[in-house]
Amino acid sequence: MSPSFISVASVSKRFDPQLSLGDHIAGALGGAVETRAVRAVQDVSLALVRGEVLGLVGESGCGKSTLGRMIAGILPPTTGAVTIDGAPVMMGRRPARKRTTRVQMIFQDPYASLDPRMRVGDALAEGPLVHRLVTRTAAPAYVDGWLRKVGLDADAAQRYPHQFSGGQRQRIAIARALAMQPDVLVCDEPVASLDVSIQAQVLNLFLALRHELALTMIFISHHLGVVRHVSDRVAIMYLGRIVEIGPADAIYTNPQHPYTQALLQSVPQLTLADDVVTSFKPIDGELPSPLAPPPGCAFHQRCAFAEPRCRQQVPAMRPTGPQHDAACHLLTPSPRAGATERTHLEPATD
Amino acid sequence: MREHGRLEGWATHVVRWRTLRDASLRDAPQGEVVPMNAPLLRVRDLATHFFTRAGVMKAVDGVSFDLDAGEILGLVGESGSGKSVTGYSLLGLIDPPGRIVAGSIRLGEQELIGLPPAALRDLRGRRLAMVFQDPMTTLNPVLTIATQIQLALAAHERVSARAGRARAVDVLTRVGIPDAARRLDAYPHQFSGGMRQRVAIAVALLNRPDVIVADEPTTALDVSIQAQILAEMKSLVRDLGTALIWISHDLAVVSALASRILVMYAGRIVEHGPTATVLRTPRHPYTGGLLDSLPSRTAPGQALQQIPGLPPTLAALPAGCAFHPRCARADAGCQVAPETTSADARGWRCHHPLQAPP
Repeated sequence: MSPSFISVASVSKRFDPQLSLGDHIAGALGGAVETRAVRAVQDVSLALVRGEVLGLVGESGCGKSTLGRMIAGILPPTTGAVTIDGAPVMMGRRPARKRTTRVQMIFQDPYASLDPRMRVGDALAEGPLVHRLVTRTAAPAYVDGWLRKVGLDADAAQRYPHQFSGGQRQRIAIARALAMQPDVLVCDEPVASLDVSIQAQVLNLFLALRHELALTMIFISHHLGVVRHVSDRVAIMYLGRIVEIGPADAIYTNPQHPYTQALLQSVPQLTLADDVVTSFKPIDGELPSPLAPPPGCAFHQRCAFAEPRCRQQVPAMRPTGPQHDAACHLLTPSPRAGATERTHLEPATD
Repeated sequence: MREHGRLEGWATHVVRWRTLRDASLRDAPQGEVVPMNAPLLRVRDLATHFFTRAGVMKAVDGVSFDLDAGEILGLVGESGSGKSVTGYSLLGLIDPPGRIVAGSIRLGEQELIGLPPAALRDLRGRRLAMVFQDPMTTLNPVLTIATQIQLALAAHERVSARAGRARAVDVLTRVGIPDAARRLDAYPHQFSGGMRQRVAIAVALLNRPDVIVADEPTTALDVSIQAQILAEMKSLVRDLGTALIWISHDLAVVSALASRILVMYAGRIVEHGPTATVLRTPRHPYTGGLLDSLPSRTAPGQALQQIPGLPPTLAALPAGCAFHPRCARADAGCQVAPETTSADARGWRCHHPLQAPP
């Protein structure tokens, strides 16, 4: 196997609440200060080869965006390290300056991620000028080139973000990221705020650019269908940990972790079969609070197969197939009976 | 699936009794049951326009449909298609510069368009209720859930505090809130997004309305919570005999609930019919395009089939069929707006419909 291009080594992120002055004084005087830290990401390790697209899936609060931001170098990890092409993304608590041009991020909301008072051309040229990727005289032609690449007219450079639709704005955000000539693109829910017919257009753009520019991508989304479509491999996160990771096909056709299985079944799918048009089956219960994660396997309270050991020990990742790992006590290296076949269930109420 | 509302559960009886008791049906002869074929809600040629400086936005332009008691109707469309404005129009929630300029909305025997505000307010919550997309903005953050439910009850009838609490516990339990008696005194911020939306649904169900209009109620929620709420909604409306209009951009979500769907584009219903039939054999090219652009329709990694172009802006709608600039089947004839072609309980507005398979 080729050496990993992006390496995420035992990365964790804790968000500690801001201490009040009183708490600081109490702490300094040796008093016990009760803090409720959010463990957003816990002990996540990943490796991506160059040109690979990894889909990161999970419900809100599972830590997928935090992990994406640590890979992009926007957030420093509490422990662990991220390296890209052998060099660390962060130097101490600040991003290494050279890295910042090599990793770019695309955000969910193209209304919030573009400066409303900046012409699109200026927004696109700003980064490349600062990092001397282009001279001031060559900048307009450079910007034109990237706008065309994402399917916009060259006259878009003279206009302001409010003059564009949501889908067009997302294209602008993509062009702005690509203008930095990155190797790595971290996309955080890039199509979630777009209409269905526009979603397909933007996803096609991602697919085309990925091959043309040999981009390595982290594609974060809660939309399972979208992730399957664009990703080579998919990682499923639950409450700060990766619970399953594997080739996209294997994850969707042969999910091993009970959470992955339940999550896939909970999405209404247009099967258009003879007997049912749409099938879905809800997961019981709610996501536990990351402030007070349950002991043992974080999913055990909602898991139909939970055993006593699931309440005590955090399960380790173990291989379940080629390049396919899952963290569940009930998994032996060979697939558990019944887990190999994803059954389409009727809605529970029928 | 259209028979759900006619199941003879006790709740259905209660609703029927309430309906008979209602002033609008006072003329019905004693003991006679409302004819089953009369729709509960009958919307004809509804037009809601917004009069702005940029011009007249025809957000809803000639929408007609029927809704039977206990039926779940799905209203699908992209942003700007007029699906939400249609829902708001039903409840009389259109504010200036918007105005319902034409059409008829009949609930039972009562015409809703032109009703004075006080009469509309009396109907809202009691016979027509709404669930909005964002449960954070529909609940008052400084009042406990108990207070908000009491207020919703007091708006329509005199209820003692104790009876009100009992009703509140009952309705919260129904929507799947565990330990409802204790949670009643909590504030909205103490609930998760999914639980908040359940509270909003509980408030909508409180007075056993005939119709609930739900505008993208699960869009802001996680997929696993969405699935829970979809399953609960389905059984709730079945038990209570409430009719439901579910507005969404997500075809899969709508098809999980609705027995019939309406597809809207640029203020018009471009296709309607039984959910399974419409989704299996779409006749309007827009419906077909929406279905084809779903990632599940294409092998992973392959380019998705896409509808070219952008949805039109309402201030500058294309002449004729509003979809023709994006449509591969369009020709010169599409400059004339197509009328609805009807066949077998379904209909489509297209000069060149997709062929029905043999």
